[in-house]
Amino acid sequence: MAEAATQEQTAGDRPLVRFAGVAKRFGQITAVEEFTLDIGEGEFFALLGPSGCGKTTLLRMLAGFETPSAGSILLDGEDIVAVPPHRRPVNMMFQNYALFPHLSVAGNIAFGLRQERAGRAEIAERVAEMLALVRMPDFGRRRIDQLSGGQRQRVALARALIKRPRVLLLDEPMAALDKKLRAETQFELMELQRRLGTTFVIVTHDQDEAMTVADRIAVMDRGRLAQVAAPSEIYERPNSRWVADFIGEVTLLEGMLAEGAIETVLGRFRAAMPAGGRKRDTVWLALRPEKLHIAAQRPADGNLNAIPGTVFEIGYRGDMSIYKVRLADRSLMKVALANTSARGRASFGIDDVVWLSWPPEAGWVLTR
Amino acid sequence: MIQNQRAKRSWSARLVLLIPYLWLALFFLAPFLIVLKISLSQTAIAQPPYVPVLEWAAGWAGLKAFFAALSADNYAMLGSDWLYPVSYLKSLEVAALSTAILLAVGYPLAYGIARSPRRLQPVLVMLVILPFWTSFLIRVYAWINILQRDGLLNDVLLRLHIVDTPVAWLSSDTAIYIGMVYSYLPFMVLPLYAALEKMDESLLEAAADLGCPRGRAFWLVTLPLSLPGVAAGMLLCFIPIAGEFVIPDLLGGSQTVMIGQTLWMEFFANKDWPVASAIAVALLGLLLVPMLFYERMQQRSLEGGR
Ligand SMILES: Nc1ncnc2c1ncn2[C@@H]1O[C@H](COP(=O)(O)OP(=O)(O)O)[C@@H](O)[C@H]1O
Ligand SMILES: [Mg+2]
Repeated sequence: MAEAATQEQTAGDRPLVRFAGVAKRFGQITAVEEFTLDIGEGEFFALLGPSGCGKTTLLRMLAGFETPSAGSILLDGEDIVAVPPHRRPVNMMFQNYALFPHLSVAGNIAFGLRQERAGRAEIAERVAEMLALVRMPDFGRRRIDQLSGGQRQRVALARALIKRPRVLLLDEPMAALDKKLRAETQFELMELQRRLGTTFVIVTHDQDEAMTVADRIAVMDRGRLAQVAAPSEIYERPNSRWVADFIGEVTLLEGMLAEGAIETVLGRFRAAMPAGGRKRDTVWLALRPEKLHIAAQRPADGNLNAIPGTVFEIGYRGDMSIYKVRLADRSLMKVALANTSARGRASFGIDDVVWLSWPPEAGWVLTR
Repeated sequence: MIQNQRAKRSWSARLVLLIPYLWLALFFLAPFLIVLKISLSQTAIAQPPYVPVLEWAAGWAGLKAFFAALSADNYAMLGSDWLYPVSYLKSLEVAALSTAILLAVGYPLAYGIARSPRRLQPVLVMLVILPFWTSFLIRVYAWINILQRDGLLNDVLLRLHIVDTPVAWLSSDTAIYIGMVYSYLPFMVLPLYAALEKMDESLLEAAADLGCPRGRAFWLVTLPLSLPGVAAGMLLCFIPIAGEFVIPDLLGGSQTVMIGQTLWMEFFANKDWPVASAIAVALLGLLLVPMLFYERMQQRSLEGGR
């Protein structure tokens, strides 16, 4: 994630892409609803949400394959809803890559330029350039069915980039790759995006992927925009229980807002007041597992919030262990403990009585 | 034990592989050799109506005498009488033109079926195959009914005042082409549909995304990807049409003689089995040309485009 983008968390005054009140209905099904979003020039932007929430539909509307049922889509300030896909300065990398099986690798990559009636020499030069860009310089003459999944993905990327689009759309570009290759490809994509400066809009249901690659993320829930912000903002300051729960692990404690604290059945915990929150509102305290401390005794520091419980379950994950601790009200709280010592597993066992503690600023109060 | 089982399995697997070869040997190669042999014989008033006949009882000498009596005279005859080349040429002409019309009619039909809603496609395919449920002969007789002087077609044309005297459709090349196109349409449509149906819709979207308008995408994506279906459909039509007998005999006029009719005449009217056999063998040789062409095309598509 680029440093500059972390600070700049809006699309700027003149966004490159603007969805304004966009809706899309397929008969009875509403795929996208009241969707308003700006995407800035040069951003690596991610649309994140569970399967079926309308991400692909949104991308297809931007590419021109679907027409919005309502609202408008602006590119560079101009409404493009009426522009057919072949005239939009936008290129898409399809989820299944959609490479032409009857053309070679070079033939596939050159396809877009041929449509512009570019000269032979120019095509050859730019195809070679693209092949070098995706690090497949010697693959031009290969047939598509002679390529591995990872190579196909790169060819699809090269084919979509050769026309130097204003926006590159990527629909679950890494879904078909295995985990290791996916991680490598994520970093390659980021590197590529930084080098080209092209605006990338990626669709994914994988939160780790979105967090890794994107400057900003739009989290979607059933066709609506739930939150749009930088990855760290979304993780640390989610705007709703739904987003907090969808992104990463979280424990939510329901309670009533008081002055600088929240009253729950488990006690009173100090926390920062949420913006716009009033006393006696029902609120939820969101606690991330890695922000909690686990110890055998109650911590001496009176500033910390603390709560006792018994260890219910331990999940060993290699780099860390996830403890599920049963609290007085029988609910479970998740705590992550990094396995920094070589012996791995920390020294708590099932049914041990433990104390969980966290500083007030580690919790995040949600009002909805 | 395991070894034994594996050996057994591979033996039975080999047997399965043998079945097509056995089938071809029994029902294609053996009859072909018999026909080939007859084509090298001479006609005779005898039972069977040709000589030589292989006498197993005469042993080695009989075998030698048999082979000595074989000759290629009948093939030379095919070249000397203009009747034969003319009917071959007519057959190729009818087959080529019919196949071209079939492609022109069948491609849009197959394309339309492949692009219609998924639910409807099996029904439409069924409708294409439906004529097969009645006998081929009956359908050709039905065409006689439609095309004759006071038939349905003239009836309609007269009533619509498109013509004012009945047209002689029957006993003409037009009638042959109508019959051919009607009868062989399913053989063209089905392979084309199979090729078009399995084509990924997202390829057309990818083409559009890369700046290719829909019309051009047909020529750049759809058509090249359907070429195997085009080749299969053309082959499935061209070959049987070239040897067709019933349609030209029932719908065509006496001025048009296709090779199938010539063959029939030699066999049944002239009782000249050797010449009839030579005609058949020569036809087979002729039809090998498009077959080899198709084979080469498939080879090329396996090796990959540009
Ligand atoms: N062409 C279509 N016809 C009918 N329903 C569709 C169509 N495309 C998408 N949908 C529906 O719209 C919703 C959103 O789909 P999609 O955008 O593909 O979700 P995502 O990409 O987030 O998984 C789903 O409920 C899906 O079934
Ligand atoms: Mg999708």
